[in-house]
Amino acid sequence: MPQAASPTCNAVTARGLSKLYNGAPAVDGIDLDIPSGLCFGLLGPNGAGKTTTLRMLLGATPPNGGTLAVLGYPIPVQAREMRARVGVVPQQDNLDPDFTVIENLRVYASYFGLSGPALERRIEEVLHFAALESKTRAGINTLSGGMKRRLTLARALINDPELLVLDEPTTGLDPQARQMLWQRLRTLMTQGKTLILTTHYMEEAERLCQRIAVMDHGRILAEDSPAGLIGRHIEPQVIEVYGADVETWFNTHARARVERAERIGETVFCYAHDMRELLDDLAARPSLRYIHRPANLEDVFLKLTGRDLRD
Amino acid sequence: MNLLFPALSLRWIPVWRRNFLVWRKLFGPSMVGNFVEPLLYLLALGFGLGVFVGEMQGMPYSVFLASGLVCASAMNTATFEGLYSAYTRMAHQQTWGGMLATPLMVDDIVLGEMLWAATKSLISAAPILAVAAALGLVHGMNALWVLPLVLLAGASFAALALCVTAFARSYDFFVYYFTLVITPMFLLSGTFFPLDAMPDAVQWGAQILPLTHAVELVRPLMTGAPHSQPLLHLAVLTLYAAAGLYFACLLLRRRLMA
Ligand SMILES: Nc1ncnc2c1ncn2[C@@H]1O[C@H](COP(=O)(O)OP(=O)(O)O)[C@@H](O)[C@H]1O
Ligand SMILES: [Mg+2]
Repeated sequence: MPQAASPTCNAVTARGLSKLYNGAPAVDGIDLDIPSGLCFGLLGPNGAGKTTTLRMLLGATPPNGGTLAVLGYPIPVQAREMRARVGVVPQQDNLDPDFTVIENLRVYASYFGLSGPALERRIEEVLHFAALESKTRAGINTLSGGMKRRLTLARALINDPELLVLDEPTTGLDPQARQMLWQRLRTLMTQGKTLILTTHYMEEAERLCQRIAVMDHGRILAEDSPAGLIGRHIEPQVIEVYGADVETWFNTHARARVERAERIGETVFCYAHDMRELLDDLAARPSLRYIHRPANLEDVFLKLTGRDLRD
Repeated sequence: MNLLFPALSLRWIPVWRRNFLVWRKLFGPSMVGNFVEPLLYLLALGFGLGVFVGEMQGMPYSVFLASGLVCASAMNTATFEGLYSAYTRMAHQQTWGGMLATPLMVDDIVLGEMLWAATKSLISAAPILAVAAALGLVHGMNALWVLPLVLLAGASFAALALCVTAFARSYDFFVYYFTLVITPMFLLSGTFFPLDAMPDAVQWGAQILPLTHAVELVRPLMTGAPHSQPLLHLAVLTLYAAAGLYFACLLLRRRLMA
């Protein structure tokens, strides 16, 4: 018997974890301590190394360096034992197109060695949870994108995992489908499950995750609660300005009044603790349009990675 | 690369079963083909061409041909399954990717796929045996030993095909394997005509082909002709299956766990 993971230990502990592809680091010596029972977000632009990190956590690819334990199991050595207690929602749907909804669940359960009446009860539960009861015998190709995603989530829950790993769970979904999935994930958190998800949507990370690691170029740039990241890394107020001659205006009127600024395309982002002077100035300039808002994760992102994440 | 010997266990069963359940959905149409096709071949070639060929190795051509068809069908079926179908599951449907998020490992998948492809060989070869028997082309109950042999031969061809699949970046890649390996083997293993009239080099070359050894085992069982060196032929097929499985595990581990 492998030693059982104690409930108080970290869901994931990684030290100096790294992965090379063709000599270049995709993940570059990261440390992770993900406590059990919360939702942890890996936030980063495409190519940051999020998927590679998750694949190493799941024992799907061996690290080139570092040490890793998931649910107390050393990985990749005891990946099989660990995976029996983990659910995975991959970045790309890989539902079985030859099977109906319920067949997908049954066959996937068989990979865990699950069968019989207990499984049938579990299937009912997860179908109910994913609001797919009416689709039990539907073919996969008749499902909408949101339904497929929910079925993939239901499938990941079939073994009642204590840790759920989700790689960009809502990418490509419309707003309603995304809300529906978020709500399901919140329910899972209240059930005490540990969630690790990657995303490049700020609002997703901000709404769901208690802790967020900001990742880019294979490194973790910052890790904290969403409020902690915003409070620690960024001025609290933001004005986004765009319009004709925004550059000239910025250089002559704004530069001295803000603490920091970034320019992305045609928009200037101004950061400061007090925006009253700047707002007065902008009010008198109908050629410039602007948005005044509190700082959010996106601003933290911009500062840490120097990249615009919205596309 | 992790050169460890494949960690084999009974975990291949759910992989085999998944493929079986998909196959069962299309059971009707595929089985009709499995019976009708050999019937056509045996009637058209065996009796049609047989009239001109006359006897071959001291037996009617249709009798000679039936055992060749059984072996060629086992090879083609397992090869197709190990190339195209396996590649679809690996690359397009990401079926294997799904399995690898569960307690299944690459070795479990490779073994399950190999045994499934061998099963498909049996599913395609058994009807040929039945049709041949119904046409009176099979000599005695010993022919039932052909069934386990077809499984073994299917496993060898499947293991080889899975090694090829480990390198494939698209379906086009498989054309090389069919053109350079399967088609020559199909023609030069004594399936449709004896190799006696061929140049010595060809006869010797044929001895390294697994299909040759499958034919050498199956033909005597179906025709009642005497066996020569059955243990050698069995050993060669077993070696192909074992070595193919070993390398398929190694190569697919390297590809899937990159
Ligand atoms: N199997 C692979 N082979 C070669 N390079 C890879 C492979 N997987 C990922 N990479 C590279 O590693 C980097 C990180 O990729 P990935 O982890 O998929 O990022 P993310 O999920 O954050 O978008 C990228 O530069 C990507 O091209
Ligand atoms: Mg990714």
